[in-house]
Amino acid sequence: MSTATEHAHDDHHHHMPTGIKRWIFTTNHKDIGTLYLWFAFIMFLVGGAMAMVIRAELFQPGLQIVEPNFFNQMTTVHGLIMVFGAVMPAFTGLANWLVPMMIGAPDMALPRMNNWSFWILPFAFIILLASLFMEGGGPAFGWTFYAPLSTTYSGDSTALFVFSVHIMGISSIMGAINVIVTIWNMRAPGMTWMKMPLFVWTWLITAFLLIAVMPVLAGAVTMVLTDKFFGTSFFDAAGGGDPVMFQHIFWFFGHPEVYIMILPAFGIISQIVPTFSRKKLFGYASMVYATTSIALLSFIVWAHHMFTTGMPVAAELFFMIATMLISVPTGVKVFNWVATMWRGSLTFEVPMLFALAFIVLFTIGGLSGLMLAITPVDFQYHDTYFVVAHFHYVLVSGAVFSIMAAVYYWLPKWTGKMFDVTLAKWHFWCSLISVNVLFFPMHFIGLAGMPRRIPDYALQFADFNKWISIGGFAFGLSQLIFLAVVIKACRKQGEPVSDQVWEGAEGLEWEIPSPAPYHTFETPPVVK
Amino acid sequence: MSASERPQHGRLVVKLVAIVVGMFGFGFALVPLYDVFCDITGINGKTENTAAVYDGVTVDTSRTVTVEFITRTNSGMPWEFTVETRRVDVHPGEMAQVNFFARNPASRDIVGQAVPSVSPGQAALFLNKTECFCFNHQPLAAGAEAVMPMKFYVDPQLPEDIRFFTVQYTLYDVTASVADVAMNQG
Repeated sequence: MSTATEHAHDDHHHHMPTGIKRWIFTTNHKDIGTLYLWFAFIMFLVGGAMAMVIRAELFQPGLQIVEPNFFNQMTTVHGLIMVFGAVMPAFTGLANWLVPMMIGAPDMALPRMNNWSFWILPFAFIILLASLFMEGGGPAFGWTFYAPLSTTYSGDSTALFVFSVHIMGISSIMGAINVIVTIWNMRAPGMTWMKMPLFVWTWLITAFLLIAVMPVLAGAVTMVLTDKFFGTSFFDAAGGGDPVMFQHIFWFFGHPEVYIMILPAFGIISQIVPTFSRKKLFGYASMVYATTSIALLSFIVWAHHMFTTGMPVAAELFFMIATMLISVPTGVKVFNWVATMWRGSLTFEVPMLFALAFIVLFTIGGLSGLMLAITPVDFQYHDTYFVVAHFHYVLVSGAVFSIMAAVYYWLPKWTGKMFDVTLAKWHFWCSLISVNVLFFPMHFIGLAGMPRRIPDYALQFADFNKWISIGGFAFGLSQLIFLAVVIKACRKQGEPVSDQVWEGAEGLEWEIPSPAPYHTFETPPVVK
Repeated sequence: MSASERPQHGRLVVKLVAIVVGMFGFGFALVPLYDVFCDITGINGKTENTAAVYDGVTVDTSRTVTVEFITRTNSGMPWEFTVETRRVDVHPGEMAQVNFFARNPASRDIVGQAVPSVSPGQAALFLNKTECFCFNHQPLAAGAEAVMPMKFYVDPQLPEDIRFFTVQYTLYDVTASVADVAMNQG
């Protein structure tokens, strides 16, 4: 008996391991959140460095700096790292930090699995990055790994690519299961579904998307693996398979995947805009329904990535109309954010600046997406820089800006100190200007016919590409300012902040002390 | 968290893991589903892999359909592959024969496999082949050549608006995979 009481006593006053062991063995949601966020930031810089290689090569027409095969590896691994290594882990990190604090839970539901889902991630990316140093180089078939590029024409490193994607998938699935179980079972008394903060709602829906489509991706990479190494013919016409089927399976995963990368962003913006407008969010319920409809629609639009594969006209019409339908719930969201700001007492703190930039720039990306949805014109835009412009507007000035907004919004709560506002404003303005210099001209060269993923281009695209590269380098350097702000904040430099931090902030996470204690809500709060 | 809450987590986790396993299976189920879907709708231009029987088909002399043939070889396949007539005019229901020629100019024995594709895809459902070289592997010794016949008729049910369709044969070099199978069976 006495050992049992001692044990219970131990549980309460953690003998926290120090140094590296604290981070390796931690099951604390805040520690794991921090690990995820730092990992995502490092991957963001690594993937960004690859983008710098791409932009350096494209600074001038002709081949100057890298071999075409290496260029292909850069575009491929840049995409993989940014999607699976930067954006998704950053959102998972934010979920770890915030979901328990927002619903009044003491921790995530499955803390040990939480530790696992983070710690397998670095190995996935070590494997992927190590493949770049293999003989013959790393994966060079684009992040979409279309067959037969990834089956017939790829190198031996494909096995490592497949293995690392499997690990990333397992990590995301475990993370998603954890989020669902936490939200389902551990909400504080009184926290009904329709009282949950929108970040929690959007993450719940995202987590369902993750467990629905990550297994399909695992299946697709497994088929690539067996086609390449074990003589199956899933995607080989000679053996009765079909390479177009690869695209169907991949995009059945791929389209929900792009919403996995944007729905939590919608949640973040829906938290930030009301705070700095000092008003309740306009149309809370419609936000929830809009998010759900976007998630459901994402399963029936995949073939809009494949308009040029020779589908029957009826199918092209169906996928065109279904795709355009998504702009309705998305429009509801943008409308609600604008309506929240309408007649609010707005102030423009750094998180709000990023949120406003998100609303404008994400909408630009959404509109170019609407253009791409129109089947006949997609035949012109397909595989050009117009597509590159579109998805970078929604992913960089969309998802990545929302993650930066979130970091600036909750960082004072995490550290207890206000970050360096001057430096943060420099980061914002440099990023805002350079991101547009970087991606806006891509629309024009795309419409003029410059193809994606090619290390060289026709002379008439030279001027625009020079500007794009300058914008790219500037955007890359601007992120070093962000790194400086975050490092300063982690060293606890700056003015102490109040518990509420921001004047208009509402929600459970603003009722606990700043910095947030290691353990919060051991006794659940009562939500009225 | 109290101890009594743990089993609840367990039940939900089991359900969620079941979804994950189910979706992994669904990814693979998409492969046969894709074939079934394409068979029914005929949208990807695949033809039947087995011989049709020409029996009691009425010839519809009121209209004529033009069938065009295209031959090509996959990259890395050295055979010369041609067809005797580029296009034939047939009445629906009428039997026709077209001869294809293949020559293996390489210095090694090669096994070829022809894969047909019909455009517009819908016509594939109405192209009935009673005999086709594409049903089997075609082994050719180094320097050898062969005449490969293909007998077919167009189903009289062919929609009125299809008056012209194209059959493309692509030849693949399957020597390596055939050797693998032979080794495993031996």
